[in-house]
Amino acid sequence: MSDDLSFFFLLMSNGLLIGLMYSLIALGFVLVYKATDAINFAQGEFVMIAGFVTAGALMVWGAPLWVAVALALVSLVAFGFVLERVMLRRLIGRPVIAVVMATIGLAAILRGVGPFVIFSGTKPLPLPIRDEPFMLGPIFIPPIQLLGAGVSLAFLAGFGWFFLKSRKGIAMRAVADNQQVAMAMGIDVERYFGVAWAMTGVVSALGGILWGNLLGVDVNLALVGFKVFPVVILGGLDSIPGAIIGGLIVGVVENIAAGYVDPYVGGGTKDFAPYVLMILALMIRPYGIFGKRIIERV
Amino acid sequence: MLGLNNVEVIYDGVILVLKGVSLNVRDGGITTLLGANGAGKTTTLKAVSGLLRSERGDVTKGSIEFSGERIDRLPPHAVVRRGIVQVFEGRRVFEHLTTEENLIAGAHIQKDRQRVAGGIERVYEYFPRLKERRSVQSGYLSGGEQQMLVIGRALMANPHVMLLDEPSLGLAPMLVEEIFGIVQQLNRQEKLTVLLVEQNAALALTIAEHGYVMENGRIVLDGSADALRENPDIKEFYLGLTEVGARRSYRDVKHYKRRKRWLS
Repeated sequence: MSDDLSFFFLLMSNGLLIGLMYSLIALGFVLVYKATDAINFAQGEFVMIAGFVTAGALMVWGAPLWVAVALALVSLVAFGFVLERVMLRRLIGRPVIAVVMATIGLAAILRGVGPFVIFSGTKPLPLPIRDEPFMLGPIFIPPIQLLGAGVSLAFLAGFGWFFLKSRKGIAMRAVADNQQVAMAMGIDVERYFGVAWAMTGVVSALGGILWGNLLGVDVNLALVGFKVFPVVILGGLDSIPGAIIGGLIVGVVENIAAGYVDPYVGGGTKDFAPYVLMILALMIRPYGIFGKRIIERV
Repeated sequence: MLGLNNVEVIYDGVILVLKGVSLNVRDGGITTLLGANGAGKTTTLKAVSGLLRSERGDVTKGSIEFSGERIDRLPPHAVVRRGIVQVFEGRRVFEHLTTEENLIAGAHIQKDRQRVAGGIERVYEYFPRLKERRSVQSGYLSGGEQQMLVIGRALMANPHVMLLDEPSLGLAPMLVEEIFGIVQQLNRQEKLTVLLVEQNAALALTIAEHGYVMENGRIVLDGSADALRENPDIKEFYLGLTEVGARRSYRDVKHYKRRKRWLS
């Protein structure tokens, strides 16, 4: 196989695996938007805090791995519940911009609180998996990416099933469709809002552990959250399959850009290439590839 | 029995919408609430179902009682659990859910899966057309099918009382008659109590046994359906009937307000 072709395959495989890890974080965003119509600009910070909790438990307090992971899950779920109760419930029925601003404020607070309360500086988040990549012909795959992709797929499939088939999932979609009518059917809308934020907590906790291992834990871990927007715009804000497809597209596009364009311009295209795509997508299909269209009957 | 006693509703802390409404809905009967746009009919239903608070409205005076229990302070899901379910006007289906998913969502308070399945079958018996369209996204159903779906969805909660808001709105007359026929059937076979809000007074008074007329947030008239049908004011303002054969000049029409004798 020629070097060019194997380079291409390397970029693709890396892009797809990283893309699935973006999908996992995007799933957190989608869950909240699907159920509560709230746009969470603090998704990256959720992931960052999860990284801080896990790395803090491992490196600062010397807890075993399973305790650290459990702690991250429990604290993020609790955080989701409390946040909904204390802050977002009061914003129900207010203009969308109120929620947007509130989550932006929350993002800033979390970026401050993480380093202040848990630890400052950068800490690694070691996981007991091997470092040497698997070699598959010309392609090499780091085990952490494989693990990340696996966890992402499992959760995407799990939540996909939940929304499509389970009664609670159908109720959540009903809430997303029309809150007032859902209330009239005896659905406790506020409780489901809490559940949605808690589910986002679960996904963010796992995202934080995986991305924390890949990038190391400091405030910059929150930056992966920025990749969520092209992912969800491409896939559709409220679509779980869309989060998968969007993640894969973003992962591939940024790797291709980094591989083929960076040598000519000196680097950095990786960070904005997905946004170029996002703007193009908005111009062509504003509701994303799988997003729900507003049904207009004539 | 469902009863409202001198209920006052204020929106946003300042807008007085219901000014002391009292009415009784007899168990197992169909009671209708008539009135023009903006009279407060829908607000009355929302006061019962507890949905006012989601619109920043509040019952500030009076009480609402159902089977001897006060329900005007309960959240909507608690009211549904007590057996009162509201069907909104304007066919508000969950557009992005299929027909069957709409029904499943309607059965939310029912824990037992078997009974949910049974409930779906019951709805399909009353509305065979919904069965044919069970896996269609409900936003794409026709208007009549959507109206059937919202009534069927409300049935899934196994209610004692259905608050039915303008089921005839924007539907062809034949469909309206079909739907009213089914409501009557539900009332007889399932012992479903119905509080029916309608603008189509003629039709409402044929299936109801008792009626109330609302204007400007007050009940201005009530009586048995037969008595209301014979009332000259109802005839003129709601049924569109005038003295048989008499030609009417524009001046009479123009001064119709003076003839609403209940307001004087």
